[in-house]
Amino acid sequence: MNLMPIIVMGAVLSALTLILAVADIFLGSHGEKVIDINNTKKINITGEDTLLNCLSANKIFIPSACGGKSTCGHCKVVVKCGGGEILATEKGFLTNKEVKEGVRLACQVKVKDNIKISLPDELLEVQEYTATVAALDDLTSDIKLLRLDLITPKAIRFKPGQYVQIFVPGYEVFRAYSVASPPSMTNSIEFTIRYIPKGMCTTFIHKALKVGDKVKFTGPYGHFYLDENSERPIICIAGGAGMAPIRSIVYHLKEQNMPRKISYYFGARTKKDLFFVDELKQIEADFPNFKYRAALSEPTPQDCWEGDTGFVTDAVKKYEGDLTEHEAYLCGPPPMLDAAVKVLTAKGLNEKRVLFDKF
Amino acid sequence: MPSTLNIFLATILTHNIALTYILGMCPIIGVSKNISTAVGMGVSVVFVITVTSLINWPIYHLILVPTGSEVLALLVFILTIAASVQLLEMLLEKFLPTLYMAFGIFLPLITVNCTVLAVSLFMVLREYNLTQTAVFSLGSSLGWLLAILLVSGIREKLNLVGDVPRGLQGAGIVMIILGTLALGFMGFSGMVDL
Repeated sequence: MNLMPIIVMGAVLSALTLILAVADIFLGSHGEKVIDINNTKKINITGEDTLLNCLSANKIFIPSACGGKSTCGHCKVVVKCGGGEILATEKGFLTNKEVKEGVRLACQVKVKDNIKISLPDELLEVQEYTATVAALDDLTSDIKLLRLDLITPKAIRFKPGQYVQIFVPGYEVFRAYSVASPPSMTNSIEFTIRYIPKGMCTTFIHKALKVGDKVKFTGPYGHFYLDENSERPIICIAGGAGMAPIRSIVYHLKEQNMPRKISYYFGARTKKDLFFVDELKQIEADFPNFKYRAALSEPTPQDCWEGDTGFVTDAVKKYEGDLTEHEAYLCGPPPMLDAAVKVLTAKGLNEKRVLFDKF
Repeated sequence: MPSTLNIFLATILTHNIALTYILGMCPIIGVSKNISTAVGMGVSVVFVITVTSLINWPIYHLILVPTGSEVLALLVFILTIAASVQLLEMLLEKFLPTLYMAFGIFLPLITVNCTVLAVSLFMVLREYNLTQTAVFSLGSSLGWLLAILLVSGIREKLNLVGDVPRGLQGAGIVMIILGTLALGFMGFSGMVDL
């Protein structure tokens, strides 16, 4: 038997490995590098890795859905100096203005030298949480209520309207979900999650997850939250699983005895797609300041629906008068939000006071 | 044995690696939207093909042939290509950072390009010596650069006109452009021979 090819193959493989290893020692950057965040916090890094991984290894969590593959474009950070030049993989995600400001995708920036970045302060407070599934109940045929009891850290602080990112094991990606529970509930956290066929995280939650399972998530994130310094009357518009952040806002204000007027418009297809109706009706009965209206776009004859029909924005048009003094919080699918913004601004609401969460 | 000038001209015109052998199609379809990225890709291909075939020639003739392990050629070539691209990347990054930035994402992409492997395998099949290998690999890669340049140029012009039928937009029209170009290059046949 001719063993020569096997010996040659082994020799070639080891020679190549050796050459690359030696090259890595002489050519790679191995010194200690410093990541300076907002001129206040300094992190020491050895070895070469992406900014995103360096930060998450040091418990700073930047929102990222794709897990560093440069496909989601969420992990934007401002790099002040030391990030090298912008890469072709980032260009599609950055506007000209962002490029000028030094915005980069953290998953594409390699930390090769000392680097200076600036992050919004709230991102420094983001933590990684481990939790167990306490409840997983059907709200409608395709929306589930997921309640997680926190294990470590034991409590979470967030603003009503913000979201967290749930880790999907196996796919190693994160998906964002708005918190549906009020901030006063610190030891557990609730979400309303709609099943999307072939969606990675929604399939995981709807089909694989069981009560008692462990789940990891990071948060809180997001600029969509209740402005607590304002005293303006509020108009909320949501559709489907967009219920979550609005529910958090409504419950938060309910706990303060509804100091502000809220009208909540919820859009769904049929009566079966409505949920939390009893809860919301109860709040409506207890507090005259709160008004809940649902609009069905395709009510079936069995629904015997006597409420509003058509799009949720039609109901807003019908019931709301002048909105110049209001503040609006919207959450739902993009076409609904675009229509809602049009209706609200037509009624005099300044676009700056329309906050929305697109998904 | 053909002369070196013959090899050079043939690899570009009559034996164009892209238009006659239909190799390296994915980058031609993928990165030929505009001329500047096509040039980036093409120049990286020229660079990598020339360097790797000049590395593979001595490996084949000084290691594989004396030990009677020619069967390993395919495997060893893939490994040396992957390793040498890695090494090239490190060297460029350290010593020629501007060139490294210009190549950008293209360099690692080319590692898995079939053209690179094909040139190394052809040089063995056709029993070239080192000089011929150098000319052959340079010519082949320049021919590939010419092909992607032509396709991207036509695509840019087509975009200005802009009435490609819906079903043919993207990859569809590139296949038609490539087919037409390949037919056109058949007109060179007989001019030079390998």
